Amino acid sequence: MTVKATFLAIMVMLMPWGALAQGFADMGSDAEGFSLPQPDPEFRFPQDHGAHPDFRIEWWYVTANLTGADGQDYGIQWTLFRSALRAEPPDDVTDGWSSPQIWFAHMGVTSAARHHAAQRFARGGIGQAGVTVAPFEAWINDWSMVSRATPGADALSALSLTASGDDAGYDLALDADGPLLFQGRDGFSVKSPRGQASYYYSQPHYRVTGTLTLPDGDIEVTGRAWLDREWSSQPLAPSQTGWDWFSLHLSDGAKLMVYRLRDSDGPAYTPGSWVGPDGTTRYVPDGEIALTPLSTTRVAGRDVPTRWRIDWPAGGVRIETDPVNAAAWMDVNVPYWEGPVRVSGSHTGVGYLEMTGYE
Amino acid sequence: MWAAAITALLSHWRRHPGQAATLVLGLALATALWTGVQAINSEARASYDRAASLVTQNNRPVIRAGDGGDVALADYIALRRAGWQVAPVLEGRTRLAGVTLTLIGVEPLSAPVLPQTEDTATEGESGTEALTAFIGPPGRLFAEPGTAARLRGAVEQTVFDSPDIAPGTAIGDIATVARLLEAGPRISRLVLVAEPADGQPPLADIAPALARAESDGRADMDGLTGSFHLNLTAFGFLSFAVGLFIVHGAIGLAFEQRRGLFRTLRALGLSARALLVLVTAELALVATLSGALGVVLGYIIAAALLPDVAATLRGLYGAPASGALSLRPGWIAMGFGIAWAGTALAAAQAIWQLLRLPVLAGAQPRAWAMAAGAARMRLAVAGGLALFVSAALAVAGSGLVAGFVMLALLLLGAALLLPQLLAALLKSAEAQARSPIAEWFWADTRQQLPGLSLALMALMVALAANIGVSTMVGSFRDTFTGWLDQRLAPEIYLDAGTEARAAEITDWLAPRVDAILPQAFTEAQLNGQRAQLQGLPDHATYRDAWPLLTPPAGVWDALAAGDGILVNEQFAYRDDVAAGDTVTLDGAPQRVLAIYSDYGNPLPAAIVGHATFRQMHPELPQTRFALRLDADDVPEVLADLRDRFGLSADTLRDQASLKRLSLEIFNQTFAVTAALNVLTLGVAALAILTSLLTLATQRLPQVAPVWALGLTRAQIGRLELLRAALLAVLTAVMAIPVGLLLARVLLGVINVEAFGWKLPMQIYPWDWLLLTGLALLAALAAAALPARRLSRRPPADLLKVFASDR
Repeated sequence: MTVKATFLAIMVMLMPWGALAQGFADMGSDAEGFSLPQPDPEFRFPQDHGAHPDFRIEWWYVTANLTGADGQDYGIQWTLFRSALRAEPPDDVTDGWSSPQIWFAHMGVTSAARHHAAQRFARGGIGQAGVTVAPFEAWINDWSMVSRATPGADALSALSLTASGDDAGYDLALDADGPLLFQGRDGFSVKSPRGQASYYYSQPHYRVTGTLTLPDGDIEVTGRAWLDREWSSQPLAPSQTGWDWFSLHLSDGAKLMVYRLRDSDGPAYTPGSWVGPDGTTRYVPDGEIALTPLSTTRVAGRDVPTRWRIDWPAGGVRIETDPVNAAAWMDVNVPYWEGPVRVSGSHTGVGYLEMTGYE
Repeated sequence: MWAAAITALLSHWRRHPGQAATLVLGLALATALWTGVQAINSEARASYDRAASLVTQNNRPVIRAGDGGDVALADYIALRRAGWQVAPVLEGRTRLAGVTLTLIGVEPLSAPVLPQTEDTATEGESGTEALTAFIGPPGRLFAEPGTAARLRGAVEQTVFDSPDIAPGTAIGDIATVARLLEAGPRISRLVLVAEPADGQPPLADIAPALARAESDGRADMDGLTGSFHLNLTAFGFLSFAVGLFIVHGAIGLAFEQRRGLFRTLRALGLSARALLVLVTAELALVATLSGALGVVLGYIIAAALLPDVAATLRGLYGAPASGALSLRPGWIAMGFGIAWAGTALAAAQAIWQLLRLPVLAGAQPRAWAMAAGAARMRLAVAGGLALFVSAALAVAGSGLVAGFVMLALLLLGAALLLPQLLAALLKSAEAQARSPIAEWFWADTRQQLPGLSLALMALMVALAANIGVSTMVGSFRDTFTGWLDQRLAPEIYLDAGTEARAAEITDWLAPRVDAILPQAFTEAQLNGQRAQLQGLPDHATYRDAWPLLTPPAGVWDALAAGDGILVNEQFAYRDDVAAGDTVTLDGAPQRVLAIYSDYGNPLPAAIVGHATFRQMHPELPQTRFALRLDADDVPEVLADLRDRFGLSADTLRDQASLKRLSLEIFNQTFAVTAALNVLTLGVAALAILTSLLTLATQRLPQVAPVWALGLTRAQIGRLELLRAALLAVLTAVMAIPVGLLLARVLLGVINVEAFGWKLPMQIYPWDWLLLTGLALLAALAAAALPARRLSRRPPADLLKVFASDR
């Protein structure tokens, strides 16, 4: 038995964690003693920027559409996941190696020609990974998201973001010029007609400056970033097999978030949110927006819909998205597609697309 | 013509099935012993490899604390946060379910290497569930099937079989292992999963207390166990050589008996070349058949012996070896190869003669068995030369290989000298003979020497090896038991678990026993090597009995005063240290006060005074004690300790059961040697049988005149038996000095090289008597059949001798 084979064995063991985070497989399992999101949440900050160990899963998730000094389009992703193996409040007994909290993270750097992905794992209880509230820092190993906010401002309003994989990395400064966006009904985001839900808020208003480290050298970049915070214990219905998720920065300053949760038993579930150029926000209920795949790309042996039409008659939006790099494949334990897109049609702009559950 | 020739050749075996069986059996046995030994060797080596790669995670470099202690958790986190991809490993020893176990805790998220199991996840289990269950609590443990079976049910963890893990070791999540070891968030070492990238801060900047070491685990094991494997290989080769005598005898007989047939075939027009092809093909077929049989037998032998070998390796060297055998192409191929090579070697002479066979010449007296006196002389000269070189090596050579070459030459030389010595003895006996029958008996015995000498040499080699090895084992055993008596002087040993309980127990014990001696053990670096460190209290128990090799004048006072340390013989031998030298203990220079014998310990070890030990390791709780008390009170105190303080078999030991256990391990250790000894002797007996059978068929012309002169067939048969007995006893008597010499070499050279300790040699005359008796029995058993045949030979056959000149 070679070590390579053992490596594979453990990787198989770890797999569903990626899945857990991405939504298919175990996300539909029972909550088993974990807390469940309740309607009409009252968030308390900065505490709620931190971890909620009584919920099964949670993430801190950033995507950025960037333009390099060379004029090229780039995209980056930074995600820290927390997954609790057991519903057990942290205490003296579970600290140390016995902590039930597991942390893992993904990073991606995408250009038109290449896509770099990396992942890290860590267990809680010993300080290798975690989130502190004041001062705010989310980290795993040497990847981190650290608040640079001035006292009194929201901790997430200014961030330093850094991560590096084998052949690519980034060091970025994010500064928000708008407020947090509470998704769903005031941050209570229903995921299926059967009632599965999560707490979900975003910070879609970042401007970004910083440096990408690429195999060919460093490159200065500027652009737009979007942060999602979400936690839950049972966010998907068992029959929901994956999702297609968009976060779009439109040229007039509007923001559109929409996702399609595919369901093996029936129609997809497609809620969204809208931030107008004037900053007014609007919840878009299921069914108002139509997401239509236009063409697929063969990536990693699967057919993935990489061009889309987004039709929202009520909002006057009829746009198409094209990937910056159609092969933006996140080759992590449970692989998925995630990369920057360009928007054309009734509106122009940029954004990010994440697609999970394509076998 | 070819078809006819083949039929004719093969018909011989049909008419002599016993001879065919002897040939196949002899070759199969020789191959089996060789293959078995090779199988054992390769299995044991594979065990180390597996264990080493598992523990060091595919020989990745490791990072350890520079002082030999734990890696601080903060240093691990600092490295991780600086981007270093390191994985923590927690390792420790504990007793679980009455088994002393090495527990290795891995962190599956940072070290993606887990033992392979029959099924990593239980059927129907998702990966998340499997990982959740692995991390626990209670968690999962992975162990070699034997170890797993003992642990199962005794620990709350689910225990999985994993053939990749060394026996006596269990692997689990670091949290599980930390709980079992009651260790908290400790780290024994870090494994470097990936080399640091350019621009990452260097180790010295992040964690100056840590140092990088290339993967360890394999090198020590090679050095330690190499000698053991060489030992086994030597035994295997010896067995094979003895087996070849059988094959040689059987092939010689088959060729001799078919001499007429060969001549007829040649006369009928079969070319010498064609005959050679046929005979070679026949031998190749026999070799292949026997080789296959031998490999199967070898597998059976190896499977039977391997548990003992594994016990030896674990017991003597601390090397992880599994008792389970798997088929490996290497030793299977080698088994066939050696069967072919052996056949070729044994048949070379017969084939050579076959090629030179004069087609038209009449019957000649057998040539192959009748070596002339000159040939015997040449053998004797070669033997003398071998002995001389052996003696020269004893004086000038050094090292294990030289030791073994010396052994081989000693055996070879003695064996080669044997025929000449026997001939001389027989000749002088003949000169003393008074009656004609006696005179004929001696002369005829001498006449038969050439045909029997190969078999007798085999017997002699087997007997000498037997005496040598049993003398070594016996000496070792006697020394070891004596040493155990010294070393295990205290009557009771206990481990209180915590210092509070220790205080409670010692308070209660104080008025009930003669002495309470604190015991202290830990690991240390001795001249930079991993070593055991013990703190010995200043007490008459140790002053009187500790097995010091050097005179103890003033040693104990100096030790108690902290003026130096004691080191074990193994370390002293390996590092060439003598009393009075200076060594380093955990980096500090220390004077060696004396050297003590420490049989059965594979590791270097040092002893300091107990007070010194407490100063060096104030953090270690003092929970272990040895008690001195009247032997009659032992059962009562044991029972009290058990009932009053709940001490279990794990934490409470009495001297008698410890000694019993030690001797059990010792006996198990040498079970392999004993088994190989018996097998070799058996093969030698078979060699005599085949030789005698060969000779018996040629005996008629020699005994017919004696019969004609008035001896009855029964008398002739009895004389045949007597002859065999006499030769066996003479050979055995000559084997004794050779065996003793062998023992001297084994004890004085091989042992020291292999284990690092010297042993005084003891003499066991009863064993010699027993062996001589065995040799006698073997020879009588072997001679019985030919003698019986001869005594029942129809007189007509005997008469025919005179009627026809063959």
